[in-house]
Amino acid sequence: MDRIKEANRAVTTGIDDSAVKHWVTVYIMGKGYRVPADITIMQAMEYAGYRFVRGAGCRAGFCGACATVYRTAGDWRLKTALACQTRVEDGMFLVQIPFTPAEKPAYDIEEEPADGTPLLKYFPEVARCVACNTCTKACPQDLEVMDYIQAALRGDLAAVAELSFDCIQCGLCAMRCPAEITHYHVAQLARRLYGRTLPVPKHVLDRVEEIESGKYEDEFEKLLSMSREELEELYRKEQREKGGLNSRDASRVTRNGQGER
Amino acid sequence: MAEELKLVRGYPEYMRKSIERVEASRPRRLEEGPPPGMSLEEREELLKKYHPDYAPGGKRPLVAGPNKGEVAPNEVADLLEAYPLLEPGELELKVDFDVDILILGGGLAGTMAAIWAHEQGVPPDRILLATKLRHGDSNSIMAQGGTQAADKPYDSPTIHFLDAMGGGHFTNKPDVLKALVEDAPFIVKWLTELGCLFDRDENGEFVEEWGGGTSRPRMHAARDYTGMEELRVIRDEFRSRGFGLLEFYPAVELLTDPKGRVAGAVLWNMETDEYKVVRAKAVVLATGGFGRLHIRGFPTTNHYGATADGLVLAYRAGALLRDLDTVQYHPTGAAYPQQIVGLLITEKVRGLGAQVVNRDGEAFVFPLEPRDVEAAAIIRECYDRENCLVTPTGLRGVWLDSPMIEEIHGEGTIERRLPAMFRMYQRFGIDMRRDPILVFPTLHYQNGGVETDPWGRTNVEGLFVAGEVTGGVHGKNRLMGNSTLDCLVFGRRAGIAAAEYVKGKKAPQTVTLDHLKGFVEELRAAGVPEERRSPMLLPDYRGKRVLARMIDLL
Repeated sequence: MDRIKEANRAVTTGIDDSAVKHWVTVYIMGKGYRVPADITIMQAMEYAGYRFVRGAGCRAGFCGACATVYRTAGDWRLKTALACQTRVEDGMFLVQIPFTPAEKPAYDIEEEPADGTPLLKYFPEVARCVACNTCTKACPQDLEVMDYIQAALRGDLAAVAELSFDCIQCGLCAMRCPAEITHYHVAQLARRLYGRTLPVPKHVLDRVEEIESGKYEDEFEKLLSMSREELEELYRKEQREKGGLNSRDASRVTRNGQGER
Repeated sequence: MAEELKLVRGYPEYMRKSIERVEASRPRRLEEGPPPGMSLEEREELLKKYHPDYAPGGKRPLVAGPNKGEVAPNEVADLLEAYPLLEPGELELKVDFDVDILILGGGLAGTMAAIWAHEQGVPPDRILLATKLRHGDSNSIMAQGGTQAADKPYDSPTIHFLDAMGGGHFTNKPDVLKALVEDAPFIVKWLTELGCLFDRDENGEFVEEWGGGTSRPRMHAARDYTGMEELRVIRDEFRSRGFGLLEFYPAVELLTDPKGRVAGAVLWNMETDEYKVVRAKAVVLATGGFGRLHIRGFPTTNHYGATADGLVLAYRAGALLRDLDTVQYHPTGAAYPQQIVGLLITEKVRGLGAQVVNRDGEAFVFPLEPRDVEAAAIIRECYDRENCLVTPTGLRGVWLDSPMIEEIHGEGTIERRLPAMFRMYQRFGIDMRRDPILVFPTLHYQNGGVETDPWGRTNVEGLFVAGEVTGGVHGKNRLMGNSTLDCLVFGRRAGIAAAEYVKGKKAPQTVTLDHLKGFVEELRAAGVPEERRSPMLLPDYRGKRVLARMIDLL
C-alpha cells in the first residue's frame, strides 16, 4: 500500500517539482508562471497557486466547467480547450470562461410536438445562423456544431441528436457565435424531442407491468426470508447453471455482440 | 520529464516491446476466450491478500458519534471526528429562505428528488436545491458504463437482486435492494419518455451489455456518456419546472429543531463568504461520496467536490452510518499518461470484450469479476507477481487490450460506443483502437454511508437521503450500473417520501445548531485535537512551493 501511495503522491496532493527537469511559462490572465512541462492547464493553475471554486468540476472531460480560451505566442488564432484535458504549451496566454450567461426556456416536453417546430419556437435566433462555422472551431469536443444548427433549422431531429450527442454544454460555442445562438440549449431540446419519437421497447413496458402486478412478489418473499448461507448457495447455483460468470459462456455471448439468449 | 523520452504513438519506446507481445497473443486470446471466473472461495482469498480494504493500517474505530466503535478509513474518520466549522451560538440564525423541502446536492439523486417531490404536489417554489459547485457537477455526470435494469425476457428483478447480493458479499440491505431492482425498469421507461437516449440497435431495441458480476446483460448505456445523458435530461426538466436553485452554496451544517428533527441547513456562499439560513420541513441529503479524500493515497475517478460533506453533517445530526469500512477501487483507472492518472476507464471496455493482460501479453484474470475482485487481481499482478509495466513517473499498470473490441465487434465500434474514452486518449496522442491502454485500480466509490430504509428515510426525523451518500443497498461492494440506478431510484423515492412527510406539517418554530453541543463534548472527551475541522468542502492541490510562501493580508 505504501508503494502505491508514494507513486501517486503528485496526483493526490499536488505536484512535487523537485524532480522536474522541463519547464514552460504560461500566462494566466496575463501573469506569467513557470510550471512543469507536460501537465494539464488545470494542474498548472493549481501548481501556480490557484485553488478552484469555479473552473473545475469533474476533472475528466465530462462536465464542461473548465472551458478555457487561449492564444499562443506568435499565433493570431484564439483557441479553446478544457483545462483538465489539455497540456500546457510554452507561451500560452489563457483565461477560463467558467460560466455562460444563457437563458433556457421552460417547456413541457410532453406538450410539445415531437418534430422540429419547437426548436424555432423557443430558439428563433437559430435562423440568424450565418454559417460562419465559428462554433465548430470553438468546440473542445470537436463536434460539428454548425452542422447540427443547420439540421435544427431543417427540423432534422435525428441529425441534431447524432451530431450533438457528445456535447458537454461548456458554452464556448455560444460565447463565440456572432448570431448569439445558445447552441447547447437548442441541442438539448432537440435530443429530448428526438427521444420522444422513439417508443419505449415493449419488453420494458411488459416488465414494468409485471412488477406492478406483483408477479415477482412470491419469489422476492422467498429471497428475503433466506439466510445468508441459503442466498450464497442459490447464487452459486444460479451462476453455475446460467453461466453468466462462467468464462466460456460469457465470452461466447460477448463475442456474439448483444448477448441475447 | 516525458520530453526526454522518445514517444512512439503516445507511448515511451521502452513499452513498445510489451505492446508487441500483447499484439502477438491477441489472436490466441480471441480464440480461447478469457480465463475462467473465480469461485466464491477463490475471490475471498484474493481479496484478503490484495484488496486495499484488507491491508493493515488503513482504518480505525470511531471514537465519537452514533457509530462509535465501528471502523472507518482513517481519511473518513478524520472528518467524522472533527469539530464543526461553526460553533453553536456563533451565528445569528435568522431565516433567509423558508421552504418545504431543501435538497442538498445537484447530481442525479438530488435532481430526481426535486422532480418527484413536485410530482407529489409540492409547489416548485417550496423546493430549494442547493449545491456546492454547479448543478450537475457530480459523480453522476461522469458515469460512463451504464444503468442496470432487468427488463429483457431472459432476465428478472430477482436475478438482478441475486447478482447485486453476490457482488456485495451478501451484506446488502435486502429490502432496500429489492426497491432498487424493482424500480429499475420503471426508471428506464420514465427516462425514455422524457427523451433520454439510451443506445439502440438498428431495430430500435435497447442494446444491453454485460457488467462485472452480472449474470445477464442488462446494462443500458448512452454511448459512454450514460450519466451525462441522464443528468442533462433531468436537469433540463428541472430547469423547466422553476425550482429554487443555489449554486456554489454548500451546506456547512444541518439545522435541527428543539426535538432534534432536521429543520434546514446553514449554507455558505463560496464566492462572497456570506452565510444563509434555510429553514425547511424536510432535508434530502444527496451530496455524493468521498473519492477526493484519496483513501490510502489512491488517485480517484471522482469529481472535484466529492469530499464526504454530507456524511459529516448527517453524522453530527445523529444519523447512523453503515458499511463505511469498505471502499470501491475501480479496477481500471488510467495509469498512463500522467495527465489522466486515476481517471475512469469504464467497465464497458471489458463488457465489450477487452481483456486485462500483463506485460507478457497474458490474460491473468476473468475480465468481468466484481470490481473488488478484479482490482485485487490487478494489484497482485503489479505488486506481487510484478508482471507489470512501470511508467516514466513510477506508476505500475497492466494492459487493457482495447483493440480486441474492434476485432470482436467490427471496426468503428470504439468510436461509436466509447467516444469519450477514444477522445480522451486521442487528446494525449494514443489511439486505443490500435494500441492497448495502461490501467491500475483507482478510488471510485463510497460503498457505505447513511443508513436508510427503502424510501430514503433515516433514523433522524426530517432527514432523507439518496445516492452515494447512503449505505446498505450495495452492501460492501457495488456492481457496475447500480450507482446511476441507485441515484435515480432513491432520488425519486426520497423526493416522494419527503413530499409525503411535509404534507400538512408546519414549519419548524425554531432552528438551532444545538445538536452540535453534545457531539463536540464527545469529541473533547475523546481527546480529538481542536484544530481538526470539517466538512472539507474542497480538496487542495496547490503547488507546495507556493503554499510555503502564501500570506493572508486581505
